[in-house]
Formats: sequence, structure tokens, C-alpha cells
Amino acid sequence: MSASLEKGIRVLKEVIDAPIASYFNSCVHCGLCAEACLFYTETGDPKYTPIHKLEPLRRVYEQEYTLLGRLKKLVGLSKPVTDGELDQWQELVYNSCTLCGRCSAVCPVGNDIVYMVRKFREGMSVSGHAPEGIDEAVRRTVTLGSPMGIKLPAVQAQMKHAETNTGLAVPMDVEGAEYMVIMSSMEIINFPEYLESIAKIMHQAGKTWTLCSTGFEATNGGIQLGNSDLAAVIVSRIVEGAERLKVKTVISPECGHAYTALRWEGANLIGRPFTFKVQHIIEVLDEFRQQGLIKTEGFESDKLTFHDPCQLARRGGVIQQQRNLLNSVAKNFVEMPDAGFMNWCCGGGGGVTAIEEAEPLRLEAFKRKKSQLEAVKPDRLVTACAVCRSTLEEGLEHYSMDIPVVGLTELIADHLVETRPLPQKEPQA
Amino acid sequence: MNELQFLTWVRGPGLNIAIAIFLLGVLWRLFEIYSLGRKKDLSAPRHTSGASGLHTVFRRSLPPPGMLKRSPVSYIGGYIFHVGLAIIVFLFAPHILLITNLTGLSWPGLPSQFVDMTAVVTMAAMVVVLVDRINKPVKRFLSTFEDWFAWAVTFLPVLTGWMAVKHLLLPYPTMLALHILAVELLLVVLPFTKLFHAFTLFGSRWYNGRVNAHKGVPV
Repeated sequence: MSASLEKGIRVLKEVIDAPIASYFNSCVHCGLCAEACLFYTETGDPKYTPIHKLEPLRRVYEQEYTLLGRLKKLVGLSKPVTDGELDQWQELVYNSCTLCGRCSAVCPVGNDIVYMVRKFREGMSVSGHAPEGIDEAVRRTVTLGSPMGIKLPAVQAQMKHAETNTGLAVPMDVEGAEYMVIMSSMEIINFPEYLESIAKIMHQAGKTWTLCSTGFEATNGGIQLGNSDLAAVIVSRIVEGAERLKVKTVISPECGHAYTALRWEGANLIGRPFTFKVQHIIEVLDEFRQQGLIKTEGFESDKLTFHDPCQLARRGGVIQQQRNLLNSVAKNFVEMPDAGFMNWCCGGGGGVTAIEEAEPLRLEAFKRKKSQLEAVKPDRLVTACAVCRSTLEEGLEHYSMDIPVVGLTELIADHLVETRPLPQKEPQA
Repeated sequence: MNELQFLTWVRGPGLNIAIAIFLLGVLWRLFEIYSLGRKKDLSAPRHTSGASGLHTVFRRSLPPPGMLKRSPVSYIGGYIFHVGLAIIVFLFAPHILLITNLTGLSWPGLPSQFVDMTAVVTMAAMVVVLVDRINKPVKRFLSTFEDWFAWAVTFLPVLTGWMAVKHLLLPYPTMLALHILAVELLLVVLPFTKLFHAFTLFGSRWYNGRVNAHKGVPV
């Protein structure tokens, strides 16, 4: 047994807990989880059945934590997990799983399958069986600060840009601000309108906010790779930044996994509860709307539909807020079939977009989104996750569907009633 | 060993051994599984009504939206044979009598003709789900020896019991002895096969419900 495999198996033994033991003992091989998984429904290949993706983990459980399994191992009747097998499983654990959690939502015996995939990835990563693409992205985040290699000057350039475009100050490292805003690399590079929207919205809401020079990157590939040690390093930057600046709330941007990483895994990764609150930007916007802090005017008249990011809705519990917001600015908002809690993944979550060799499969799985969209034929597609957004754009282009994709935050910003004057424009007037 | 000696053995020592293995097996397996524990979730919880472990224990008994249509045989066949088995085991007068003798507990049963019909329907449903397991690529792909074996040890007690009541094939005492033996086999293997889901399903649903309820998501 190679040293890395030995380490991997040790990690697998560590992650196995009572829920996992209960889940493996409850599985009756009914295969209903396959019907919930877009990688199965769009390919028809049984190997993509979610519970099957966990077979090596199941065997480690059986061989290490059950009396019969230990006896079988003792007399040499059990099949040990090998490097070759884990290598083969890479495609099943990473390329064909976006951690969307639909399987966990349908299993009749109640198995939380995605919970197990997340834990299985810990062992895969340690034993060197994680895809290069995710692994490299995470290492770039640890060493350089972001998966795309973006450093502080790029953020500062983006800040200047936003200041020029909005006429508003974009604060950095302001101690005692109420909100600390973090961004995904995708937003820093590809979707600069996000930062501009935040500046406008915060100004109108009359809230103090700040960016943080030591914790600006929101994405955390560590949880997608399944490496809690690296994920903890990455999340600590935000935690330290937020505590240094004594902010009340950190706003997770339009990025699903960043939200999961900070909101649900963060405290567990660093081993203590946070001293600040974590909210997704959509939660904050809906709160502002409810409190009357921001008002919108005018309505989009074209047909809009909303793609629920899995980590925001099914895995994050934010389902109604985006609908309240959309209805406040759109006259013709229609829901796709299965929208909300049971929405289908775009196919790019869980690190899948970072795996180059997974692209053909991802585009195949996108047929599910395509048929959802064909059912409502929207003029535009709204979402609240930068990874969903770029995955959707790629998928739509691949299938020659002409549906522009927009972020919900910028859509709301477009309709803001600007009651407060722009401070920098006053002297000019 | 003649037929009567066989019947005497399965009703006496055989049954005692089987029940002992079953009870100790269940207790051991439950301990083995749930003593592993789990880490406390340190993230700030979100509270939503309808989201809890207990909610999910009940809610998961119904097919989630869209699933019935995707796999009707699994759901309908599954409901029929599970409810059928419960009726046969717990509401057939001779079975209640046995439980009364063992534990002192007693409750009214259903007319034997009704239970007889239930047995036929249950067996039919079990055959349908077996055929489905053979025909459906996913189910066939997932199936191991244990799946076929678990099906057989669940089916045999129903079949032999029904045949004993109907006086089919073999003399009543022999068929009854075979029926009891089949039940004993079921009791012995239940804690150590996937049939143990009869116990762990509650824990699994509860954990899933609890973990997601922490995020404010009713699953």
C-alpha cells in the first residue's frame, strides 16, 4: 500500500461517523437516487448512480467499523480499496458530482448522500486522487490568494473602475463597518457590475460597508476538493479580516459554494463559532427591501426565469428571497419546472468547472437545464451565482440557445430608486 | 428426525436461538452504528418551521415531487409489499397469539381471509419489484448477491405461511415447520444484511432531517 493511499484510508476512517454508518446500513439499492441525478438522467449510465459513487467508502466502513466486516478482513475475504480503484472513482466522485444534493432530497430511507460524497472527497484528496484542475485551483488560492491567481492590485483596479462608474466611494479596510463584502474571482474578473451594484445598493440603504485587503476572495475550492485543512486556511483569511475590521456581517457574493464554505462549513473548519454573521447577498437585499431601506422602480417587461443555485437554495435554505426580489422588478417572472428546492443543477458546481476533462460530460448533463428552459422559453435567465452564470452561458452557447444570463444583484441595482444624492457628484453640480 | 420432531424443534429451540440472535444482533448493530457519534455543528443555525429530524422521518415516507412519475414501480410496489408484510406479521391472529405467548401483549387481528388475500397481493408485489430489479439497468447494476438473498429470505416466510394455511403441496405440519424455519432464517440474517434498514431508516432520516434543518431546509 502506497503511503498516500494509507493516509487516504486513514482520513476515510476519520470521516466516517454515525450518520454515514446509518446511511450505508439503510441503503436497499433501490436506485432512486439515480433518478434525481442529472449525470444519470442525461446519460442513462448506471455508473452515475449517486450511492454507487461511494462504494470504496462503503467498503472502508464495512471493513473497519462492522464486526462481520472485520472478521471478513481478518480471514482475507474482503476486497481492499486500492489506488487503482480510487483512480477509477475520480470521475464518479468529482467529474460527475456537483454536490447539488438532489439525491439526498429523494432517498426514501433518508440517506444524505451528498454529505457522504463531501466526506469521501477528503480521502480522495489526501490520497492524491482528486482531479488536477481542482487541486491546482485550490493550491493557487492558498499560495496566491485566489483560484484565478488574482491579487490585491486587481481588486484595487476594480474598485477604481467601480468608483468612476458610480461616482461612489468603494471603501477598503474600514474598521467598524457594518458589512464586509467579499467577492468571487469570477466577479472580480468577469462580472465587475457586481461591485458597482453593491456600491449603489449600500449607498441607497445608508449602510456602512467595506472590502478587506486580506480577505477579499470568497471562493473556497478547499471544500470542493474535499480538503478541510486547505479549506480552513482559505476561510481563515475572511474570518481574520472580519474580526480585525470588527464588522457585524460578512456578505457572501453571488457564488453558491462560497456561501456553503463560509456560512455552513466555516465555523466547523476553524473549530469555533464566528463572532460575526454571514449572509448571502440575496438575503441582505431582501432584508433591505422588507425594511424599506431600498426601493425599486419600474419593471422588466420581458419574460424572466430564475435558476436556483443549489448551494443557495436546496443546500443553503435561501429559496423565497430571490422570488420576492424578482417579483419586485419583473412583471413577467415565470418558474421553470422543479424550480426552488428541487431545482436541477447547472452541472458546473462542486468544482466540476475546474476539471477540464469533465467538460463533455458537463455539457451532456446540461441537457437537463436545456429542457427546463425549453419548458418556459424565457427571454432572459436570472441567477445568483457566478459559477452557475458562466456554466449556463457556456451551456447555452453550446446548444445555440440565445438566452442572456444576468445576476440578480445587478438587476435589482438597475431598478434602484436613487433617493440619496451621490456624494461625489455634488461639488460638480 | 421425523416431521413432528422437526416441527417441535423449530417451534422450541430453533425459535429461541433465532430470537436470541435477532435481539442480540439488533442491539449490537445499533450500538456499532450509533456509538460512532458525530461532531457538533458550530455554524449558526437557521430556523425554519417544518425542518427537523422528526419531520423528515415522516416526510420521507412520501415520494418527493416528481419522483413517483420517474419510478412508479419502486414506490407503488414498495408501499404494497411493506404494508402487506406489516399486516401479515402483526395482524394475522395466529401471529398475534405467538407474540402474546412470548410477551403477554395482545391486540385484535384481521379476518384470516383478508390476511390470506393480503399475502397473495404482497407476494405479487414482491415478484413485481424483483422483476423490476432485473429489468431496470440501475437496479440490476447496483444489485449484489445480498439483494437477491434478502429478497428470497423475505419472500419465503410469506410463501410458506400462505401455503401452510392453504394446505398446499406438503402436509400442514411439514409446511408449518418450513414456514417457521424460514422466519427463523429471516430473523437471523436481518441484523446483518440490508434488511437492517427496518431499524436504521429512522436514524438515517432523522440525521438527514437534522443536518438540513440546521440550514433551515425542510427535507
